[in-house]
Amino acid sequence: MGVKLLLEKAHVEGIRSYEVYRREGGYRAVEKALKTMSPDAVTEEVKKSGLRGRGGAGFPSGMKWSFLAKPEGVPRHLVCNADESEPGTFKDRYLMEFLPHLLIEGLIVSSFALGSNATYIYIRGEYAWIPDILEQAIAEAKANGWLGKNILGSGFDCEIYVQRGAGAYICGEETALIESLEGKRGNPRIKPPFPAVKGVWDRPTVVNNVETLAAVVPIINMGGEEYAKIGVGRSTGTKLISACGNINKPGVYEIDMTISVEEFIYSDEYCGGIKNGKRLKACIPGGSSVPILPANLLLKTAKGETRYMNYESLSDGGFATGSMMGSGGFIVLDEDQCVVKNTYTLARFYRHESCGQCSPCREGTGWMEKILKNIDMGKGKMSDIDLLWDIQRKIEGNTICPLGDAAAWPVAAAIRHFRDEFEWHVKNPQECLTRNYGLANYADPLEVKSEM
Amino acid sequence: MEGLFLSLFTFHFSLFMVPFSEEKLAKVQEIIARYPEGKQKSALLPVLHLAQEVHGWLSAETMDYVASLLQLEPIEVYEVATFYSMYNLKPVGKYMFEVCQTGPCMINGSDDIVDYIKQRLGIGVGETTPDGLFTLKTVECLGACGYAPMMQLGKHYKEHLTREKVDQIIEECRKQAGQLN
Amino acid sequence: MSEEKKLFKVTIDNITVEVEPGTTILNAARQIGGEVTPPAMCYYSKLKNSGGKCRTCLVEVAAGSTADPRPMPKLVASCRTTVMDGMIVKNITSERVLDARAGVVEFLLLNHPLDCPICDQAGECHLQDLSYEHGKEGTRYEFNRRTFKKHDLGEYIQLHMTRCILCYRCVFTADQLTNKRVHGILDRGDHAEIATYIEKSLDNDFIGNVIDVCPVGALTDKTFRFKNRVWFTKPVDAHRDCSKCCGEVQLWMRGDEVFRVTARKDEWGEVKDSTKGGPGWICNECRFEKKDAKDWTIDGPTQVNRHSVISQGHYVNVVKPKETLPDVMGGRGPKLLMNIHNVSEVNRPEIELSKIAGPAHSDDFKNSLDNGK
Repeated sequence: MGVKLLLEKAHVEGIRSYEVYRREGGYRAVEKALKTMSPDAVTEEVKKSGLRGRGGAGFPSGMKWSFLAKPEGVPRHLVCNADESEPGTFKDRYLMEFLPHLLIEGLIVSSFALGSNATYIYIRGEYAWIPDILEQAIAEAKANGWLGKNILGSGFDCEIYVQRGAGAYICGEETALIESLEGKRGNPRIKPPFPAVKGVWDRPTVVNNVETLAAVVPIINMGGEEYAKIGVGRSTGTKLISACGNINKPGVYEIDMTISVEEFIYSDEYCGGIKNGKRLKACIPGGSSVPILPANLLLKTAKGETRYMNYESLSDGGFATGSMMGSGGFIVLDEDQCVVKNTYTLARFYRHESCGQCSPCREGTGWMEKILKNIDMGKGKMSDIDLLWDIQRKIEGNTICPLGDAAAWPVAAAIRHFRDEFEWHVKNPQECLTRNYGLANYADPLEVKSEM
Repeated sequence: MEGLFLSLFTFHFSLFMVPFSEEKLAKVQEIIARYPEGKQKSALLPVLHLAQEVHGWLSAETMDYVASLLQLEPIEVYEVATFYSMYNLKPVGKYMFEVCQTGPCMINGSDDIVDYIKQRLGIGVGETTPDGLFTLKTVECLGACGYAPMMQLGKHYKEHLTREKVDQIIEECRKQAGQLN
Repeated sequence: MSEEKKLFKVTIDNITVEVEPGTTILNAARQIGGEVTPPAMCYYSKLKNSGGKCRTCLVEVAAGSTADPRPMPKLVASCRTTVMDGMIVKNITSERVLDARAGVVEFLLLNHPLDCPICDQAGECHLQDLSYEHGKEGTRYEFNRRTFKKHDLGEYIQLHMTRCILCYRCVFTADQLTNKRVHGILDRGDHAEIATYIEKSLDNDFIGNVIDVCPVGALTDKTFRFKNRVWFTKPVDAHRDCSKCCGEVQLWMRGDEVFRVTARKDEWGEVKDSTKGGPGWICNECRFEKKDAKDWTIDGPTQVNRHSVISQGHYVNVVKPKETLPDVMGGRGPKLLMNIHNVSEVNRPEIELSKIAGPAHSDDFKNSLDNGK
């Protein structure tokens, strides 16, 4: 059983309510921070913890906090990014739905560290029932003196507001989120200036993911140094993984980043193996935009070493033979899945979600979708595969925000590792409509476990 | 209850714009108070949600009304309302099935669910049944990948969909609509 | 005593220039001029917040500054990146830049209708220039091009949404020059469009300037629509006393006829500063209502960049050449090189086409052949 810091109390009856959460030791981090620590000391602990942004980019959170500009007389804001929209990712929803007070507690401590008197939770619009849960938790926290004026006599005032988005993946990008919070179209801003200097309403702003802010609670409770001892290397602490696809036990798991990918997929504590006794074909380990890996490269690195569920190991080999931890959206594909079709649905997703501001993304995503659809329908040409490669290459790195990269990487990785499957689609236009390519030579080297 | 009544009302008289109730107007003021002074534009997304709750969709008249509430130019509201996928710019059925079709749902059989709903309701994607009860829409990832296939129905998610479960949901909707009439 | 300003040295394609701090790479390159200046489709120096979107001006920063000479990993939009002292920039000397730019041109043309033969912007279109200078021949796009529902923007401005590259310049123009913007970008992604949502005409006094800022033929002058080709008209600088604007314009004339009125443009295609200071935006009255040469005091021919197609029809102090054909005909008839009837069996001079009811048909020829037998 691995260490649990966030989900430790997830199964305590009634943990959603303030009373139970408090009885289980909740809000100790607020007491500790506001009564015994200075805002800078809190930031220092987060730095020491080695916590990295859990939204996908993995940027060190303490460092991000220390970049926040603090000009005299200008209010600063903390914004919680709850616009969880990366396909394969549903961990923040779990936290907010079942442990709302953990997030509120993390927000209070973080707001104190950053000097944010008005903190906003920007939640994706489709999670329409969750704002009610969060607003109730906020009301309970306020009624018990954890929010409002002069919290715990510290002189620190704080209010938390929940703002719903209205259906736009791009608002997960922090400057698009800020635009949306200002009541505008979710067009990402051109940087610099960065939000740390000019964010929401041109005020210095920090935008952090839900899980990142929740992790501040155990960091303050146990101390940054202790937190950093969990995990390995620069992958400190625990990480929530939302596992889905063709596995026996899809769901949200907390891991301490020392377990192997193989253990994560096959052990009963986590995914419980591939559904229906099938074999593993491929996996997108960190949300739809990170490179897809064939089974043989997923379980072992190109050097033949065991691959682990952490930032460094998952990216071992770069994009040539590795992938990324991303947002922790772990999508498993079994032997019956078609990589071409899967890539097509992802390309369609990114075309649908492009804001349309810059030309490579606006035009390129739609072009890739159309070509992939053709190949999937048996209408592709051999030259289309090279064309796709060239299009993704011209999008990647040339756009205003990372959505361009996010759209390019899945296509690039699918062609890189599964080119034979694309070619098979082109060469067998009839057959590809009736059956899938199957495992080919990138199969999981493990034997199918026989029924016990 | 009032909201439901109004949405039925405006469905039939779509050009007729119903202003917010006192209660909704108070809510608008409460939302505006969350932001710094003069930044009431920030309230645009939440207020459009409120308007859609009342009317079921956003007509140009409704958007103009929202613009006047927040002291914005109408074009600023149109620009925003057309950007986000959740705002309905045309009348929709009373029950909108928004079925996710992105990667993780697709590999768990969302295509089959969409086909089945089409067949059951006799409509295509993007269409509304003649009785105005159901609209079918396909949407991109809703963040319920572990519980696929799934769809959004109003405020909530319907997850782990099967053909049987779809039958059941359609039945429940019909029953609920019948009771209201 | 004025404090001496420290200037930043920046090297672009091996040419070093000194600029004021805060200058963007693009504007530093414009100071050098010529080919090292990156093309810009969305940036417009007179419009605040413009730029960054089209990605045609991407350049490679080989060294960030003297203090921190590390290269920037990604190509940057030169219109929105300010220079640092000692920065080294590669534009046309960078393979990466040329490749990425060719990609952007291809993306911009992907859904463009390429209807230049019927487009009023042809000849002064920045997208045409861009594709000639930075694009590749042909397209690899094999799908139907995007179409839009047509919107009427009123009596002055013609909108062709299919030609739009979503530079947002017209939105900034309406925001910054008029007190009430009624058009904007609606929808998102690849079907984002310029529209008013409800059919509404654009009629603010200064809204006509959207035509001048539009880099393509998406927004054109309805009063000039299909009237003439820009290269057949002669641009002259002119002015009038106007109570609303600077009244300094460019008249596009043919003979004594004024075909079109626009603001005066500089070598980057942007509206020039007026002699009264500030950008020389013009009002709708000057632009659309004053189409009589007598309305204007003509200052003289406009100096046009000699590379421009417009210079083709631009003669300074030259009298219109006399038509020579009547003289030639008076002397001798044009020499007939080949009589088509001598080489074609289909053309039969004995068949009088005007006598055939309806369009000529193969049977008509056949019959006459038979008759001839």
